[in-house]
Amino acid sequence: MTDAAQTARRARGATWLAALTDERARVEGYPASVQVVDAALGERAARYIAVVADADNRFVRARGGEVGLLEGWTLARAVTDAIAADAKRADKRAIVAVIDVPSQAYGRTEEAFGIHQALAAAAESYASAREAGHPVIGLIVGKAMSGAFLAHGYQANRLIALDDAGVQVHAMGKQAAARITQRSVEGVEKLAETITPMAYDIASFAKLGLLFARLGVDDADAPTADDIESVRACLSQALADIGDSRDLSSRLNADGRSASVTVRERLRAQWTG
Amino acid sequence: MDSAQLLERESFVEKGARERVRRLLDANSMRELLDPFERLRSPWLAMQDIVTQADDGVVIARGTIDGVSVVIAAIEPAFQGGSMGEVGGAKIAGALELALEDARTGTPVVPVLLLETGGVRLQEANCGLAAIAEIHAAIVALRDYVPVIGVITGPVGCFGGMSIAAGLCSQLIVTREARLGLNGPQVIEQEAGVDEFDSRDRPLIWGLTGGEQREATGFVETRCDDDSAALAAAVAEAVKAPPGPLARTQSIDRSLGRLAAIDPSKRMEPADVRDVFAAQR
Repeated sequence: MTDAAQTARRARGATWLAALTDERARVEGYPASVQVVDAALGERAARYIAVVADADNRFVRARGGEVGLLEGWTLARAVTDAIAADAKRADKRAIVAVIDVPSQAYGRTEEAFGIHQALAAAAESYASAREAGHPVIGLIVGKAMSGAFLAHGYQANRLIALDDAGVQVHAMGKQAAARITQRSVEGVEKLAETITPMAYDIASFAKLGLLFARLGVDDADAPTADDIESVRACLSQALADIGDSRDLSSRLNADGRSASVTVRERLRAQWTG
Repeated sequence: MDSAQLLERESFVEKGARERVRRLLDANSMRELLDPFERLRSPWLAMQDIVTQADDGVVIARGTIDGVSVVIAAIEPAFQGGSMGEVGGAKIAGALELALEDARTGTPVVPVLLLETGGVRLQEANCGLAAIAEIHAAIVALRDYVPVIGVITGPVGCFGGMSIAAGLCSQLIVTREARLGLNGPQVIEQEAGVDEFDSRDRPLIWGLTGGEQREATGFVETRCDDDSAALAAAVAEAVKAPPGPLARTQSIDRSLGRLAAIDPSKRMEPADVRDVFAAQR
């Protein structure tokens, strides 16, 4: 990947956040690596949140847009603030996680200070928002990797992904996955061609039935006016589809994850004995 | 523990998942759901010529602990590193979702999770990750009604997305042998280099992520010896606790304040980390 391509990829979260909110000013009080903007989504109030690269991040292992200690706790702050602000309102604001996160932060300081707890706080805040009646939408515009995705977006009522080669969902980068499974990188790539859940591309991920929509755009790095309009329309459709539902049940279907469905059916049959 | 006690005690760490469950439940109360005779195997491992297991490495059982209705989900440390695949993940998520339905209709069942896992099973990557997100969702929803108890004893420890699940539990019970962290040592070494983290440095690994350190820094509530009777007693006490907000995830301002107070460029030893947490208590 060239430097320019790298910069372009890393900028996606910030690019889409700005585009979808008409460049509105960010909410103050959050660090540079977590951008928060309050803007409308159609008729509904919404809070848009993106984790972005910050070359000056005090935590060096989180300078490339990774979700680290600061980002995890800040996501929790940003979402929890919205829940508190709307506590007495019937029409709670939507929360849109704009997702381009290459990974969680890998580092000694991160483990020492409990990055797992920071990410748990972030995941809980999104889940609590959903349970409280905030419609939560995850919009995947770039990478949605592993713990970073679990903390930022995977608790959403609905997931939307751009249909683009730079959009990927996975549990681990290829090198580390190869090491842990004791394979070569080539071996991991070959398996990913036939084993759907091991693939990195978004078309394969879509086959698992976890997405509300996969949306083609002309330019995922520099969205056109039409691109922005179609993403907005899709976000509004997701909002309507969410309605009053508060759980993740729409992700389960036999075409996508048949074993996940079978296990639940048989578990239910045996539950009360 | 002195040597006489070591010889007397009944190790929990050395037990497999099913024996652990049996040890925690009241005598004759165990009823396993989706037992191995159901033959619910991983559809994905077989496609990769990896030996499957008829319970996919997860034991789900209902029963009672001191009369309290519980459902235990135990991960088998000896199968694929306790990794979360589609079937095992769905067993845990599905059990928690059913417990949530019961809780909402006024018949609470307290979930107990025996976490021995490296996290996502990479051979089923995105199915494991999706299941873990569903487990997170269920734990958060359940905590309004019942405590959700997590137990980490080792030998595997609890890593990856399941360490986030641990972070969501109402109460965590660990041994000194247990480890709790987001990224396993090998993964950090691979991603960040051996200078950042040496995966062969066992004193460092346990010093930063072991049960003793996690207790000292407030990431777990209870630490026991590797003694089945002591662990069973701790679990029995935990399942009787009332539900309530979780201090570990609600301490947002304090956690951000702590991060602001440290110098992340300084390489801290386990004792330094404890000092930071002690100063902020």
